Amino acid sequence: MTAVVPPPAATVDAVARNRVRRSVRRRLVITVLAVLVAAAFVVTLMVGRTFYPLDEVVRVVLGERVPGASFTVGRLRLPRGVLALVAGLAFGLAGVTFQTMLRNPLASPDVIGITSGAGAAAVFGIVILSLGGTAVSTVAVAAALGVALVIYLLSFRGGVAGTRLILIGIGVGAMLNSVTSYVLTRAGQWDYQEALRWLTGSLNGATWEAVAPALVALLVLGPVLLGQSRNLSALQLGDDTAAALGVRVERTRLIAIVCAVGVIAFATAACGPIAFVSFLAGPIAARIVGPNGSLLVPAALVGALLVLVADLVGQFALDTRYPVGVITGVLGAPYLIYLIIRTNRAGGSL
Amino acid sequence: MTSVDSVPTPGAALVRRPGSVRFLWLLAVVAALGLLMAASVAIGSRGVGWSDILAALGGSSETIEEAAVTKRIPRTVLAVVVGGALGLAGAVMQGVTRNPLADPGVLGINMGASLAVVAGIAWFGLFSATSIIVTAIFGAALAAVFVYAVGSLGRGGPTPLKLALAGAATSAALTSFITAIVLPRGDIAANVQSFQVGGVGGATFATITPVLPFLAVGLVISLLSARSLNSLALGDELAAGLGERVALARGVAALGSVLLCGAATAVAGPIWFVGLVVPHLCRLLVGVDHRWLLPFSALTGACLLVASDVIGRIVARPGELDVGIVTALVGAPFFIAVVRRQKVREL
Repeated sequence: MTAVVPPPAATVDAVARNRVRRSVRRRLVITVLAVLVAAAFVVTLMVGRTFYPLDEVVRVVLGERVPGASFTVGRLRLPRGVLALVAGLAFGLAGVTFQTMLRNPLASPDVIGITSGAGAAAVFGIVILSLGGTAVSTVAVAAALGVALVIYLLSFRGGVAGTRLILIGIGVGAMLNSVTSYVLTRAGQWDYQEALRWLTGSLNGATWEAVAPALVALLVLGPVLLGQSRNLSALQLGDDTAAALGVRVERTRLIAIVCAVGVIAFATAACGPIAFVSFLAGPIAARIVGPNGSLLVPAALVGALLVLVADLVGQFALDTRYPVGVITGVLGAPYLIYLIIRTNRAGGSL
Repeated sequence: MTSVDSVPTPGAALVRRPGSVRFLWLLAVVAALGLLMAASVAIGSRGVGWSDILAALGGSSETIEEAAVTKRIPRTVLAVVVGGALGLAGAVMQGVTRNPLADPGVLGINMGASLAVVAGIAWFGLFSATSIIVTAIFGAALAAVFVYAVGSLGRGGPTPLKLALAGAATSAALTSFITAIVLPRGDIAANVQSFQVGGVGGATFATITPVLPFLAVGLVISLLSARSLNSLALGDELAAGLGERVALARGVAALGSVLLCGAATAVAGPIWFVGLVVPHLCRLLVGVDHRWLLPFSALTGACLLVASDVIGRIVARPGELDVGIVTALVGAPFFIAVVRRQKVREL
């Protein structure tokens, strides 16, 4: 085959049509996901011990005073719903950022211990230093960045190998989880429900004070991350290729790490490390979108949907009220094993 | 792939310690264990004098101090027994899988035992000590088979990375299931909390005695398989060439380690990293011959767990830290160091 011969018109046509079809599919998936997330969010506001119809919920959200509904929906369910939404978006976004950057589905922040770092720092700040609100978030963010740096440095030995980074991350995560257990022991009475928030994540008792920092962080850092999505996709081709395409590799990587760690740490400070959401969101999004462009937005939406639906299931579908992290953990862990089995079968290097 | 330094041939004189060195280390470890046991009996949130300890060892529990010591004795014994079992189990597992990252905790085997016990207590009303121990061993065996199967799929068989990942993932899954089972059952929560974080607190001789026969069987099986583990270290083909029945040898050794860590988990809950750290340390001390390595790992494991228990009592005064938390804090950095030392190709 020689390059001078122009491809036949039929081929050009097919490529163009294929490209259109892919972008249509991508847009369709994003729209459907957004609608589903919105629906799940509204259902979260409507159901509970008392059912409030859609119009009352909408009026409360718009700021009207509705007897009864104003308190239950406005004060109790709305912060919880918003926290679920924010945390889901944050975990999904950060997870897929790491997975894309390190080119490995196992390299999500919850598997490699970054989320555990934020959680351990948050619980340390609350129990030992008696901090609250923004201070807790700050400690969590600092710790998460520190953990990311430590993992990176520890796995650096003439270049970072993904496999080594993941194993080291698992070790660091195990250590940080025992720090969390240690701090919870120091807290005096071992309250199992409260402990679960910091071990698997829970939305119980969400307040606006806790939600606000996470929301602001997502609104500020999220768009920055989305702005890097093209560069991140290029990084997937390898550093050299990305540089040849005009991407400033180190800068992109630094921005992505700081932003992803930031959103996830703020969210973790509010609701604990919700198990496996950041690990699950990326692969699920990849499955439904197909190889059609950046996964950041779809993965964020999948994350939000996961958290909202898991919280609904945990609250209402079963005899006992489970915190959201238990549900996502029970769903996510088998998927993790499935992913390992599939990769091993395919003979991949993980 | 075996690394050269784990080949116990006469040519590998560097790692084969002379008998006198081994014997000295043996004395040192036994002395250390004795000292640590004494410390474990003497140190706690209530200070006691030597007279109290001697009186309590004699069976008296009249003063509060003597009663405190009386409570610490079974706890120390349990730490020795469990630590020894986990250290030995870890050494056997590292030999069977030829994997430097093998550990009953890392491979998810302890969590398998825990989940089985928790499910048994919650759904089948398990009560007797023996039924709990048998269930734990059963769960440990299931988890071991599962993790090994998942980890050995695909190219290259059970590489350290694949086994460790499969184990970590399985642990995470089992932890979620344990939480989901425990949460709605407030009545048994106190009963089963010890199966989520490992600890030796609150031990009595009544809880220790039923587990001893199982541990003894596991101990005998493991020690008897030392010779075949030496052959297995040469690689499967060479071991077969030497007349070893590879699959059988591996199965028997694995059975021994599963018995040990299942029974240990049944009395003390899931404890990570003891089985990882101890064999590595012992290889430095006595070399790679399993006939020495295995008993040494048992002794050193006992030392490590007793020491961790004492540390847990000192740092968290007036409360105490479950020994499972201490071993994770001490063991995880060690795990990281081992990972760092491996070449990527071998992972």
